[in-house]
Amino acid sequence: MAKQRVVTTKVNGTEKSFLCEPRQTLLEVLRNNLDMTGTKEGCSNGNCGACTVLLNGDPVTSCLVLAVECDGAEVETIEGVATKDGLTPLQNAFLENAALQCGICTPGFIMSTKALLKQNPDPSEEEIRFFLAGNLCRCTGYDKIIDAVQDAAKRQCGTGCCND
Amino acid sequence: MREFEFESPDSLAGAIQLLESSKGKPLAGGTDLIDHLRTGRVVTDLVVDIKKIPELNVLEINDEGLRLGAAVSCRKICANAEIKQHYPALIDVCSIIGGIQIQSRASVGGNLCNSGAAADSTPALIALGGVCSVTGSSGTREIPVEEFCTGPSQNVLEPGELVTEIKFPLPVGKSSNHYQRFIPRYEMDIAVVGVGASLTLDDSGENITAARVGLGAVAAKPFLAEKVNEFLIGKSVTEATFSEAGEIAKGLISPIDDHRGTVEFRLQVTSVLVKRVLTEAAKRASEKAT
Repeated sequence: MAKQRVVTTKVNGTEKSFLCEPRQTLLEVLRNNLDMTGTKEGCSNGNCGACTVLLNGDPVTSCLVLAVECDGAEVETIEGVATKDGLTPLQNAFLENAALQCGICTPGFIMSTKALLKQNPDPSEEEIRFFLAGNLCRCTGYDKIIDAVQDAAKRQCGTGCCND
Repeated sequence: MREFEFESPDSLAGAIQLLESSKGKPLAGGTDLIDHLRTGRVVTDLVVDIKKIPELNVLEINDEGLRLGAAVSCRKICANAEIKQHYPALIDVCSIIGGIQIQSRASVGGNLCNSGAAADSTPALIALGGVCSVTGSSGTREIPVEEFCTGPSQNVLEPGELVTEIKFPLPVGKSSNHYQRFIPRYEMDIAVVGVGASLTLDDSGENITAARVGLGAVAAKPFLAEKVNEFLIGKSVTEATFSEAGEIAKGLISPIDDHRGTVEFRLQVTSVLVKRVLTEAAKRASEKAT
């Protein structure tokens, strides 16, 4: 067996060290080693975006990242989005606009949207659709997701354009 | 996934040594490699992460042009204002390779080394006059991008060699560039036809003084459409000129039938797309100050 590595990563602001094999993806390690099952496995080849997390602030499909690559990196997952005060405006916007049905794609959409609104606090519909093209949803038909993102942008701007 | 060892050297010499001695595979963004390792299309005992090597992360523009490290991600390229100003074709490309998650990881160097016939970046790199620096244990050699790919998923790299960077001359005067592809969807798809073009106009903005057109997905490898380039030099910037250039391009390609498009369709789309891309490149060039 290939030698296991100790990898130290900041996950949702907390430093975590874990043992993993080089062949394990970040997705596998999050779900199986760290018991953080909020990040979902969809296609496992980078097409569907269900496993999207933020790696050093950038949205990535965690199925296409080796966990050993993340030594010293910062990872943010869906588990790190809500605060002790409850859901963020972004999460509430998804709930209240019924932007989900089965929910498997939702953590990925939330993470991508978080990255979008950080980069562009007031995106147009076209910009939203283009940015979220790497996240697939088989239930909603996307329109409600777009509505939710526009609503989230409004809610966040109401709080001084803060994303957090 | 089959087992492999992993190294992440922080020096170019260290990476070359690892790649040469163990037939390891270089890992940049991993958007192709990790998928290929999972499916067994690529089998290796060692993966060498090259993202910690300073030479592969260079992103520098000066009077001579652009030095683009092979491991620089598409997202980083898209965020660079100087690239946007001088090499907008690179932005055109890097903003449509996969979705945003892929762009965060994928590099232009990796796209080139994967050497897909329909790779989006390659026709643009060819149009921009890109030259690859390839380093191995016996030294560094420079290879124009149009000579890099040798067939579908094949290139000139010898075992143990690494593309470290791609250099581009600085477009001067009324000169600009563009890339467009045709896909059946709006985004997240593989090119049916991809066209990159660089045009330089005279001071009046009415005549073409230099041209480079790169074509992708319409032959076994992306290539420089030299006959189109030769035709364009000295011509005036008119719709008729660009239509004729499209017709010439049609005669240079050898497309295949597949589920994305038939030979007939690709022939037709090539002429239309060449015209469109040249029109946009000329528009961008004419808006530049001399």
